[in-house]
Amino acid sequence: MGPVFRYWEEDEMKKVPCLEAIGVTKRFGGLFANDNIHFTVEEGEIVSIIGPNGAGKSTLFNCVTGFYHPNSGKITFMGKEITHYRADRICKMGVARTFQIVQIISDMSVLENVMTGALLRFNKIRPAIDKAEEVLTFTGLIEKKELLSTGLTIADKKRLEVSMALATQPKLLMLDESMAGLTRVELQGMIDLIKRIRKNGVTLVVVEHVMEAVMEISDRVIVLNSGRKIMEGSPQEVVVNKEVIQAYLGEKYNVVSS
Amino acid sequence: MRNLTFKQISLCLIVLILVALFPLAFSKPFPQHVMILVFMFGMMAVAWNIMGGYAGMFSFGQVAFFGIGAYTSSFLLITYHVNPWLGLVVGGLIAALVAAAIGYPCSNLRGHYFAIASIAFGEIVRTHFNNWKLIGAAEGMTLPMMKESFENFMFHSSKLPYYYIMLAFLIISLIVCYFVATSKMGYYFRAIKESHDVAKVLGVNVVWYRLIAIMISAFLTAMAGTFYAQYVLYLDPESVLILPISVQVVLISMLGGAGSIMGPVIGAAILMPVSEITRVMLGHKGTGIDMLIYGALITLISVYQPKGVWGLFSGIGKRTK
Repeated sequence: MGPVFRYWEEDEMKKVPCLEAIGVTKRFGGLFANDNIHFTVEEGEIVSIIGPNGAGKSTLFNCVTGFYHPNSGKITFMGKEITHYRADRICKMGVARTFQIVQIISDMSVLENVMTGALLRFNKIRPAIDKAEEVLTFTGLIEKKELLSTGLTIADKKRLEVSMALATQPKLLMLDESMAGLTRVELQGMIDLIKRIRKNGVTLVVVEHVMEAVMEISDRVIVLNSGRKIMEGSPQEVVVNKEVIQAYLGEKYNVVSS
Repeated sequence: MRNLTFKQISLCLIVLILVALFPLAFSKPFPQHVMILVFMFGMMAVAWNIMGGYAGMFSFGQVAFFGIGAYTSSFLLITYHVNPWLGLVVGGLIAALVAAAIGYPCSNLRGHYFAIASIAFGEIVRTHFNNWKLIGAAEGMTLPMMKESFENFMFHSSKLPYYYIMLAFLIISLIVCYFVATSKMGYYFRAIKESHDVAKVLGVNVVWYRLIAIMISAFLTAMAGTFYAQYVLYLDPESVLILPISVQVVLISMLGGAGSIMGPVIGAAILMPVSEITRVMLGHKGTGIDMLIYGALITLISVYQPKGVWGLFSGIGKRTK
């Protein structure tokens, strides 16, 4: 477990945060999917975003990564405002993401998928392949590199999607439910992978429902409910918070964890 | 990883030599004419494949680029006596510009929406050309007879020069396609074909790469258009701007195998002879029989081998992995 209050310590040092959202609001018609959300992510942290379905987690993801543009508010990455940047430009700056529903290129092999990601930093095929193989070795998919991507299991597809994101050589990696639907063994594998990614100097923001994983990997947890941020703190703080239990975890979780 | 193997190169060379020697064995004009059509439609299908097969933009408006190429060079030749070879380049550039102008507002259209927009685009161009007095409107244009020479891009005594010029054009388009398919661009096109979202998270500027695909495709298609004008020496909107040409180009690519380099050429090599021979043999008895055979072939291939004829060859080794 990383240092829990790292965020505050570094803020005092006036370091530029990796990612900062200032009053982000996103409306769909009359619905506030994100309502005035503030949060900061420091370099090297793993921050989890949790909350019930429809809380606005994916919308927030989409706002940060340029798939949506917020109606008001500001998003900065490494001190630079990216609020109205196109998704590919944000990616080029070093923010990679995955999707809740796995997005891979179906008529390509595993290696080609990752290589296409690596091509962001290379113009020639050869070095991109080398980079892709390096990434696949890191994520443990190297033995399956020749397989057609659609032939993988769900767990491997999620791993492939993470590999593709890593191949773009991000500073910040945003994972949208990368652990949903995995078996226990696969889950542990994913947790280990996320920890290793952080060790390699990548900051992570993770949307996750699997509380077990959230507890284990997060330095900080942000809780959303109906578009608002209701709580932020260490995982231990969050799971005992009344409001969070009421909105999301349910009474049972409290009993089990305490 | 996608470098050609020695086997593939030698196979290509053998086919090329056979095709180059074809006129020696078949010296009558008709077989040569059929082969010229194979090359011409092959080239258009290769061009379509770059945007349709690789980048996933199913265009049913290719005929507009074909027509723009044919009309530009012919208009320049008739009005300003511009050499057709120069007209070929100008026609290609204009087609590419028009492609960018129409492609940009369509940059978020996918799948059938793009297809519908492309049909509309083709029809708009046809209607427009049908009423444009400057370029002969519905009457069309007849190219002036000039001395037969390579420089004038005009030959009267034999189809042979046309045969080899069109073959060269086809090879050029295949080389372009090869470089596109094996480069960064090709992989980005395939990512865009899969989904715009997946392309965006890999850092692909979707709008820009789609425009490049359309422009390359338009340029090559316009080249075929100029060739057609110089070959037939007469053009009107009803012969170079009609929807069936666009449809045929798509069918050829799909039959041969969209998303592969050689697929469209194989498709043309199968469909054009079928179409021409049935037309000559059966055409006067009842029009449409050629289309019946055509349709049956397309149905068979799409049911049993969606990857096209090319998929039959290349799929065997790879599928089981």
